[in-house]
Amino acid sequence: MGCGCAERRELSGPALDTALLEPYLAEYKDSEAKGGLIAILQKAQDIYGYLPEELLTYIARRVGVKPAKVMGVVTFYTQFRLKPAGKHLVLLCQGTACHVNGSAEIEGAVRDALGAEEGEITGNGLFTYTNVACLGCCSLSPVMMIGDKTYGGLTKDKAAAILKDIEREETSG
Amino acid sequence: MRVTVGKGSCGIAAGASEIWERLRAGLRESGIDCAVAVTGCIGMCYLEPVVNIEDGAETLTFVKVDAGAADEILKRLRGEENDAARYAIRPEDVRLLHSQRRIALRNCGVIDPECIDEYIAREGYAAIETCVRSLTPEAVIEEIKTSGLSGRGGAGFPTWFKWDAARRSPGGPKYIICNADEGDPGAFMDRAVIEGDPHAVIEGMMIAAYAVGSGEGIVYVRAEYPLAIVRLEHALKQARERGLLGDSLFGSGFGFDIRIKAGAGAFVCGEETALIASLEGERGMPRLKPPFPAQKGYRGKPSNINNVETYANVPWILRNGGAAFAAMGTEHSKGTKVFALTGKIAKGGLIEVPMGKTIREIVSGEGGGIKDGKAFKAVQMGGPSGGCIPEALADTQIDYRSLAATGAIMGSGGMVVMDESTCMVDMARFFLDFTCKESCGKCPHCRIGTRRMLEILERVCAGEGREGDIELLEELAGQIRDGSLCQLGMTAPNPVLTTLRYFRHEYEDHIRHKRCTARQCKPLLTYAIDGEKCTGCTLCARQCPGRAITGQVRKPHEIDMSKCVKCGKCADVCRFDAVEVN
Repeated sequence: MGCGCAERRELSGPALDTALLEPYLAEYKDSEAKGGLIAILQKAQDIYGYLPEELLTYIARRVGVKPAKVMGVVTFYTQFRLKPAGKHLVLLCQGTACHVNGSAEIEGAVRDALGAEEGEITGNGLFTYTNVACLGCCSLSPVMMIGDKTYGGLTKDKAAAILKDIEREETSG
Repeated sequence: MRVTVGKGSCGIAAGASEIWERLRAGLRESGIDCAVAVTGCIGMCYLEPVVNIEDGAETLTFVKVDAGAADEILKRLRGEENDAARYAIRPEDVRLLHSQRRIALRNCGVIDPECIDEYIAREGYAAIETCVRSLTPEAVIEEIKTSGLSGRGGAGFPTWFKWDAARRSPGGPKYIICNADEGDPGAFMDRAVIEGDPHAVIEGMMIAAYAVGSGEGIVYVRAEYPLAIVRLEHALKQARERGLLGDSLFGSGFGFDIRIKAGAGAFVCGEETALIASLEGERGMPRLKPPFPAQKGYRGKPSNINNVETYANVPWILRNGGAAFAAMGTEHSKGTKVFALTGKIAKGGLIEVPMGKTIREIVSGEGGGIKDGKAFKAVQMGGPSGGCIPEALADTQIDYRSLAATGAIMGSGGMVVMDESTCMVDMARFFLDFTCKESCGKCPHCRIGTRRMLEILERVCAGEGREGDIELLEELAGQIRDGSLCQLGMTAPNPVLTTLRYFRHEYEDHIRHKRCTARQCKPLLTYAIDGEKCTGCTLCARQCPGRAITGQVRKPHEIDMSKCVKCGKCADVCRFDAVEVN
């Protein structure tokens, strides 16, 4: 699934282009309207990058459930974001193995390197970092994941260097 | 000749994709007609990236392959003089691989997970064909019963019993669900199995479907495992194209198909009733059992839920017979178990061993002992629901009953090894932080109780522990255990209870003496500069956020502890090892 960077499209103004979501609403609605709610929300987040409130209301109306119910589902699962994120979502693993091998220090280094707190977008709009439960690459701990790529054996310097490299690529290209 | 590169998530993180590209490009340039195939994780994560060259009966394995090593391997393939032998796997590592007994992992790291023919060549889909053509569903369940296979997700419930219950339940359609929501921090067995051998899981589900009488399967996979989802989708597509999934398997009239549901990030969804709620698009909250999923599961219909490793064992059992599986292991725990060895271990990775091995045998054998020659302190088994087993009990046999007697559980197979530099109070705090965040909120004892316990542990780690805190933790633990509905809540206090049982003195040290012997709880540490070692380079003073370090250039510096914020930066940056941490 990843963070959906590749499919992200910028929203122009406050009005959302809900047409982008139409095929998925149709796909999931008939067979399993209720059961498909999470899948619809995942697609919506892939498309819009996050889940603004007006979109949730719209989905609720189309699926035929109360907006409160949609909100309940969105806030239950850690994958869903109500606020926009940077272009690159940095997932910092906080699993047991990473914890034992110093993930707290890596978080400090990432926070310093980005100059942003967890969940915030960096000033240049490039990054948002967030702590996640185990990414399942424990033998390479501590690890982080950016897009679909996992970086293992991190040190404070290595983590900062990886972020710098991405930033350089973005700003030069 | 065949060249393979191990491209599981861990291999890719270690740079396997670049090596794969380099080998491909190199061979193409040299005009050598040899495909570079992909395999899953062989389990030796500490040796990634791994490259294999199969030449007739001989297989050469190269480890920790970087760009330079890849070039040497290319030279070897071209028949030129080369230095590739330098990267060959060492005999002791080969021995570690052969000391295992790989059933669930039988194809991982051996076959190309994206190629169904390689799975079929290793007797893949033969078991389901036998079932459909010549066995009754009852006979299939009987074979599983003989094998003694029990749920590998943690609870260890007999698999045949679940199948039989779902089979006997009236009503339909019935569902076969695969729990791949591997949420235990420190566990990655299921990810490796799906990435390395997706068809084994599919075939296992097919056999379960035949036994239970189901036409539809669902795999609930964590969204954090993108590669596993891709590989599984690919495998399902191939199986459909071959007619292995669909309306009428092997012309029998028995039809079955599988779809994937990506999870959205909630640990509690590993609990089967919560998983079903999540499949139905609800908040993933557990409900009271009974009715069990076998009676009333997905969409209120009989459903069978097993985890990935359980299903991956099934085709092997049907091919080799339940008795062959039951011949391995102990009296009460049959077969093998996959473990994810991580933490402060020298040779971290994935291993599969027969039940009955001791923890010490695994840690010092397959695990290669403790990293950096430090002392083995404890092993955490079963994740947040499990517990810490101290070194003194490391001769405990791995089976469901022996582990439960220590206060830990088998769990899904995460084994996080800890050394002398791990603080057990901090570990307990880490797990409570996890369960507190992951509590679904339904039961007040779990929702509020874990928070209260976490607050106490945070206080203790911050040097503000009080007399009576230990007793309060124990009281809360008992209430949470008794007052929670699901296993997440009931077992949430386990990490605290086991660390209190085996490492009570560490709690007392923190509370009474404000001391953390493992030097992990920063607020309890004091910093001082050794005047003999300090060169007065001023680096620490410039980095100190509290401006607590003073001194003249080229003269020993001093730390004013009243201003120190205990961030530890001075000790990190010092190049002369002059900052003493106590």
